[in-house]
Amino acid sequence: MSDSVETAAVAATVPPGQSGTVVRSTVLRRLFKNPLGIVAMAILLVIALLAILAPVLAPFEENYSNIAKTLAAPDSVNILGTDSAGRDVWSRLLFGAQLTLLSALLCAGVAIAIGLPAGLIAGYYAGKFEAVSNWVVSILMSLPGLIVLLTIRAAFGPSVWISMIAFGILISPSYFRLTRTAVQSVRNELYVDAARVSGLSDWSIIARHIFSVVRAPIIIQTAAIAGVAIAIQSGLEFLGLGDPSKATWGVMLSEGFKNVYLTPTLLFWPAFAMALTIGALVLLGNAIRDALEDGEKIKHRRKHLSAATATNNRTTAAPAAGRPSRKSVAVGESGSGKSQTAFSILGLLPDNARIVAGSIQFDGNYTVAPGDERVNQGRLSKLRGKRISYIPQEPMSNLDPAFTIGYQLVTPMVRVLGISKDEARKRALKLLTDVGITNPERTFSAYPHEVSGGMAQRVLIAGAISCEPDLVIADEPTTALDVTVQADVLDLLRELQQRLNIGVILVTHNFGVVADLCDRVAVMQNGRLVEEGSVRDILRNPKEQYTRTLLASMLEGKTPMSMLVSSQKEPVA
Amino acid sequence: MSTVEVNEIAPLLTVDNLVVEYPSKKFRAKPFRALTDINITIGQGETLGLVGESGSGKTTLGRAVLGLAPVTGGKIIFEGQDISHATRKQRRTLSRDLQVVFQDPYTSLNPALEIGDILAEPLGVQGMEQAAAKKRVKELLDQVGLPSDAIHRLPREFSGGQRQRVAIARALALSPKLIVCDEPVSALDLSTQARVLDLFLQIQKDTGVSYLFVSHDLDVVRHISHRVAVMYHGEIVEQGPAEIVTRDPEHPYTQRLLLASPVPDPDRQEQRRADRHRLLEIQRQQTEQAGALA
Repeated sequence: MSDSVETAAVAATVPPGQSGTVVRSTVLRRLFKNPLGIVAMAILLVIALLAILAPVLAPFEENYSNIAKTLAAPDSVNILGTDSAGRDVWSRLLFGAQLTLLSALLCAGVAIAIGLPAGLIAGYYAGKFEAVSNWVVSILMSLPGLIVLLTIRAAFGPSVWISMIAFGILISPSYFRLTRTAVQSVRNELYVDAARVSGLSDWSIIARHIFSVVRAPIIIQTAAIAGVAIAIQSGLEFLGLGDPSKATWGVMLSEGFKNVYLTPTLLFWPAFAMALTIGALVLLGNAIRDALEDGEKIKHRRKHLSAATATNNRTTAAPAAGRPSRKSVAVGESGSGKSQTAFSILGLLPDNARIVAGSIQFDGNYTVAPGDERVNQGRLSKLRGKRISYIPQEPMSNLDPAFTIGYQLVTPMVRVLGISKDEARKRALKLLTDVGITNPERTFSAYPHEVSGGMAQRVLIAGAISCEPDLVIADEPTTALDVTVQADVLDLLRELQQRLNIGVILVTHNFGVVADLCDRVAVMQNGRLVEEGSVRDILRNPKEQYTRTLLASMLEGKTPMSMLVSSQKEPVA
Repeated sequence: MSTVEVNEIAPLLTVDNLVVEYPSKKFRAKPFRALTDINITIGQGETLGLVGESGSGKTTLGRAVLGLAPVTGGKIIFEGQDISHATRKQRRTLSRDLQVVFQDPYTSLNPALEIGDILAEPLGVQGMEQAAAKKRVKELLDQVGLPSDAIHRLPREFSGGQRQRVAIARALALSPKLIVCDEPVSALDLSTQARVLDLFLQIQKDTGVSYLFVSHDLDVVRHISHRVAVMYHGEIVEQGPAEIVTRDPEHPYTQRLLLASPVPDPDRQEQRRADRHRLLEIQRQQTEQAGALA
């Protein structure tokens, strides 16, 4: 290897005995910590209590009318006044709550009773049942809901219950689709397979492993649907299609609207009750969703925190790694901060990561000056793509499936190098030949899903060298590939690096890859640099216990069927 | 291992001319053939390593044995009984003797269930009483080296290696005779992998269980197997004692596979790289000659 090209490796790991003690908080407890959730639940509870206790609390029967006292203002007898027929507004509001809430529950109940089992069966078994139920659902969803409800009202008379059952059926597809999608996403999970191997019956699998996935979305959906049901039902009654003999908020709204110029408050009270209930339902749904997602958020935050430490230590420890015409290789196990190191050089750290100390220099210039808290994007964007490029771990997820490979190679070249599209196309074809693709024309016009994983990685390598960078950062470039393909890709990287005389930082957990490609190795553990030196020194005479443990875990050269580490009496992995 | 000789008499599992085809999504199109004429046997206390590249069908073979892949032709015989088309009821009986450890310890455990419930599931299916099941779960945790307070914790509170131990404990729950291990260490870090491999070997020593051990890593397979079968494009191209297949293979693909795996020493790796390039050149010439003759 030429003098100007130097190779170093960084190896890193978390201690294998690490066991996280996550403080478990139930969804309910998180819900109670959310002020929005508490307020929403309190409001719903009060409304429900008022509705249940209506016969006790209401001073009058719902339809008791005092002809002598119509459209009266509030007084000590009728605390919210009376309507045009002399009926007590407060009493009607309470009885109305009863009927309105019950009808909303009925609607949601009917929708769940139809949508949930159908969704579970369709999602789990797929096949014919799914095909047929998809047809039914499509028909139901294409029906104009309001017109169906009007027809039903005409056929069966003005019953709240019948119209709400009909609306429940109409809205059941929303549960069906929600359930089916959730079930489909876990149907092929390995734990469901494991349950099948255990001989669990389908019903037990659905009840035990699948239902738990749909529980939460169903609750959220129900809060929203109950609100919609109240609005629809009141809407029908507002249009005068309800049962005038029953007190509901919709009937009261209609009554109030007729007398809006005489007594505006008649309109206000039912509208207020409805707004309060529907608003509380929506907020409750949001609060439950937040409570469910909260746990995830906390985990992410913790991850970034440790990554920030890793970055910091790495940068101070190996400032030379970022200079051109050098090649450093990072080796280590997951969680050691080796990928975060690469990201910090590229300036791709997450928003909430902070550089606590240290600096990064590239070609004599600081990209992260001492004292900087974050990577200076202005300074880096001039380098990224042009002088520093990146080869990712997962070749497939790093190519956009919507564009051809050629387009994805040409666009950056046109932008960064300022050349014409034709010229970029010629260059792209040459690059594809350079990375060992036998039919570059066909690959150029292919979409990412049409090529194999090894081929996709070659395309990404072609992309990484397309703008003639000085430094290529390769983050586990061969981990997702088959061993035979890995060997080819390593050959390619070595050949390109020697021919183009570029610096390469290679992140890997595989000491075989280190031995194959590198001159210099640095070992990382828990975001700290454990050891650094030439590849022969590190692999043959590791000084640190940690490096020795890593090398002892290699299977090459071990007696088959012998214990590898158990004799060392170490904590459980 | 002395167990190899014993099992030659009565194989625990025999797979006879197995063919697995998946129906094509397209109308009247030819079905996709995942496995062609597979013949393997596994004796009691024996480990058969199954190695091959992604898409070679090695996972499908494991799934076919477990009843998770459709058997189009051939037979799978377990303890003298044809199980290639076993019903769910037969599977329930079978699950006492035939278990599985999957590749991904993150999706093979239900995230909503506590470890204790996960481990008790196969016991409950067999009708074991709760108190007895609880006792067995404690034994299992001990056997795989997990603390007993793990019972009331959720999978996400454990690292990948620990989760894989839980998955192994679940497979061991009913003291099976054969465990299908589908890439059980490929999602793990190097040092964790070493510990989990130790656990597999220890369990085999203690219980005499057999493994069908699927892996893409020749080093892993060499370390844990008595015999090795190499899969390529849905067929077994080479089969034999681990020592021979993984050190001096006959089939061109196995030869390529062996030399493609890098060794952790720069000078030896340079040698291996040169060997590999030589081998590829020879194989290329052979293919050309074969083409010229044809």
